[in-house]
Amino acid sequence: MKYKFTDVILQTATKVLVFIIMTFSIYVLFAGHHNPGGGFIGGLITASALVLLYIAFDFQTVREILPVDFKLLAAAGVIVSVLTGTASFLFDVPFLSQSFTYVDLPFLGKTELTSALIFDLGVYMTVVGTTLTIITSISEDDK
Amino acid sequence: MTALHIAVLTPFIAVPLIPILYKILRRIHTGWFVLLVPLALLFFFGTYFSFQEPLEPVLYSVPWIPTLDIHFTVYLDSLSLLFTLLITGIGTLVVLYSIFYMSMDREKLHLFYAYLMLFMGAMLGSVLSDNLLVLYSFWELTSVSSFLLIAYWYQRKKSRYGAQKAMYITMTGGFAMLLGFIILYVISGTLSIRELISMTDMLSQHSLFIPAMFFIMIGAFTKSAQFPFHIWLPDAMEAPTPVSAYLHSATMVKAGVYLVARLTPVFGGHLEWFWTISIVGIITMFVGSFIAVRQTDLKALLAYSTISQLGLIMSLLGVGSMSLNPQYSGSSMVFAGAILAAVFHLINHSIFKGCLFMMVGILDHETGTRDIRRLGGLMHVMPISFTLTMIGGFSMAGLPPFGGFISKEMFFTGMLTAPRTMSDWLLFLPIIAWVASVFTFVYCMILVFKAFAGPYQPEELERKPHEAPIGMLISPIVLAALVLVLFFFPNLLTTAILEPSVKAIIPGAFPNGVQWHAHLAAWHGPNTELFMTIGIIVFGTLLYTYYTKWRSIYHSLPVKLTINQLYDRGLVGMERVAGKVTKSYMLGTAPVYLSYLFIFLVVLVGGSLLLLNGFHFDPSNDSDIALYEYMLGFIMVAASIYILFTKSRLLSIISVSVVGYIVSMFFVIFRAPDLALTQLVVETISTSLFLLCFYFLPKVSRMITPVKLKIGNAVIALAVGTTLTLVGLSAQGHRLFEPISEYFKDSYTLAGAKNIVNSILVDFRAFDTMLEIVVLFTAGVGIYTLIKLRHARSDEQ
Repeated sequence: MKYKFTDVILQTATKVLVFIIMTFSIYVLFAGHHNPGGGFIGGLITASALVLLYIAFDFQTVREILPVDFKLLAAAGVIVSVLTGTASFLFDVPFLSQSFTYVDLPFLGKTELTSALIFDLGVYMTVVGTTLTIITSISEDDK
Repeated sequence: MTALHIAVLTPFIAVPLIPILYKILRRIHTGWFVLLVPLALLFFFGTYFSFQEPLEPVLYSVPWIPTLDIHFTVYLDSLSLLFTLLITGIGTLVVLYSIFYMSMDREKLHLFYAYLMLFMGAMLGSVLSDNLLVLYSFWELTSVSSFLLIAYWYQRKKSRYGAQKAMYITMTGGFAMLLGFIILYVISGTLSIRELISMTDMLSQHSLFIPAMFFIMIGAFTKSAQFPFHIWLPDAMEAPTPVSAYLHSATMVKAGVYLVARLTPVFGGHLEWFWTISIVGIITMFVGSFIAVRQTDLKALLAYSTISQLGLIMSLLGVGSMSLNPQYSGSSMVFAGAILAAVFHLINHSIFKGCLFMMVGILDHETGTRDIRRLGGLMHVMPISFTLTMIGGFSMAGLPPFGGFISKEMFFTGMLTAPRTMSDWLLFLPIIAWVASVFTFVYCMILVFKAFAGPYQPEELERKPHEAPIGMLISPIVLAALVLVLFFFPNLLTTAILEPSVKAIIPGAFPNGVQWHAHLAAWHGPNTELFMTIGIIVFGTLLYTYYTKWRSIYHSLPVKLTINQLYDRGLVGMERVAGKVTKSYMLGTAPVYLSYLFIFLVVLVGGSLLLLNGFHFDPSNDSDIALYEYMLGFIMVAASIYILFTKSRLLSIISVSVVGYIVSMFFVIFRAPDLALTQLVVETISTSLFLLCFYFLPKVSRMITPVKLKIGNAVIALAVGTTLTLVGLSAQGHRLFEPISEYFKDSYTLAGAKNIVNSILVDFRAFDTMLEIVVLFTAGVGIYTLIKLRHARSDEQ
């Protein structure tokens, strides 16, 4: 955005809120298998946290603290998801077959590990990447 | 998976490795690594080859898409072996040559070699596949790689034009061929060429047999640059010379010939097949040789000569196919000679034409020009090049002691067979063949002597010419040596390749017990063929000497121009029509597009609801509506109505998001937390996106719209609302199918997930999700490029 508005209250609140929303989004991403949530919702929540950051501060500042190319993030997400699918060829099962197992991890106890989570991570990355690609490219368009 | 399958896939495996090697080992020419691939494959296929014994055909099948009858079946017999040896053998030499031709510092070698390997794999797949659809896939892949290679220097306008032209023409033919294949499948129920051959009698009874034949012939003719589809080949010469030597003379353009040979057991013996292929072949031969003479660019000359030689091989296959006709079963051995000539000339042509292309590449590389008006007198400067060009050129002209002489004589025998055994008026075949051969002789002489004899004009050349480096000469030397070997030992390949290939092309002509042995010889005594050759030399020399006297004939006969103009005008015309049609409804304003979408929805959904009498309203199962649900509904309606009357943009955006948030409230009430969460966040983000766009919109609060338009919009809006309400109510009332949700209830045991919605997304229907994120990503990239490209364009202005 062309003009910079400095709203001290918004900025101060954002500094705290962004971390809360981010933490929540990651919780939602991992909890998705058993509770409401998943990669798509988690990705959207992360995106909304970042949008809040963009609104509270100007684009230059956000780019300095978060030097991420969102286009590449989105592409990486698609690749992660597709590769999770092709991994099933190694076990001679149809494309995108998911599997899960239970492992005893230190501190966490009996934990379920699923290949679907990796797939969901790809979805998460694509959603964050695409949403922010669209928003940043529209808002940086100040000609 | 067998070794043969892996051999076909090897070049494809090499493709992604080439850029990596190129990036890591910048100081070594990438070609050296790539060379290993064709070399290894040459040795691999060489193990199937033996001089004394013909190869026992082998067939291995791997199911690929079994439900569609598509199997990756590799069938290797002598005919396929011949092609694989040509592809890998000439491939090796071409890669070796390209190491010296393609500059390491200036060229994007990784792309060049990646495309080249893509082609090699596709070509191997085409000649080894027994399944028609697999063959088709590889076939089209050769067109794609050819497109990429022609457009390798994509900065040049002519390269782009040539690449596009080649792709349009060969792919149109490819589609026709696919249609033919599908018809064959419908008739026979099999996609395997082996099985098709075994049921030939049944096939030929079917009324769709002849259409299938013609569609397949179109595919073969476009690929092998037969008249009138030949126009793409000269423009394909914009590719780097190693590519021209490999794809556009030795291998890819032979794919059409291969297809005709491969399917001769199915179609051969039918008069339609014989007439079309012989006549198209012989016309192509004449047109190609006639136009080749007028060319001043050596590569264009070679391109037309390739067209002409391919026509020669085609016409032989056409005449030879008559050996399968029951009417001529007595002379089937005579017709077999034509097939033998075709196979032998195919080998010869690949060898001498490969050599000649490499020599023209060397000339271009050393002098900076391929124009015969500027070249001349290089005999003393480049003696080795001169010798090699002479060997290749004289072989093409059909002179002894080179391999081309034997196949040319066999060609005449084959052409003379037609009038001798069929009817007299087929005499036009050998006559056209002879005339075309005279022109062939003339352009061969132009090729050899205009460049190397005559006055030396160093001032016309861009560089000071000198003999090419030895590395560049190795490949043409090998090929030139083979040209000589084929003359002095013509029977070297007879048992191993020629005889079994002929038997594979016309199996019906050799019923059990019929003994037939091919014997090739340079000297047959004074017969018609020999006198024809002598006549060619005499008339050819005369025409060559007095070329300036009769050159004007070309200006009165613009044969080539008309077909090319037809193509160009057709292209422009199609663009214009398509542009007009698109402009008539693409008006560039969002309201118009939205009205298209909505009208379509109302007509399609509402219309089918009306026509099929699908409306059904049954409130008996509905639960009671609570007061707070009424309230939420009321707020939603109020917010929607408010949008209609507010003058401020900001307020309308807020009203829209009110509607969205209430929808998510409903999700909460109906206990769909996943949907509610998603809807909430989507609403948040889209509102901020709206606000962003809002910032860029013009300051005017509302456009002043005419009343008529307003009424129209109101009608559309009401219609959409009514339709969707009716659909919603009907959906509640119908239970046509067993709900699939039962299956998902077991998600905990099936997918280890307690959240059904999520397990549907990432497990049960993960394929949908995967494609959805691909769509999402594509949309994001689309928006990004739209915005950035707009900038790039305004920067240019």
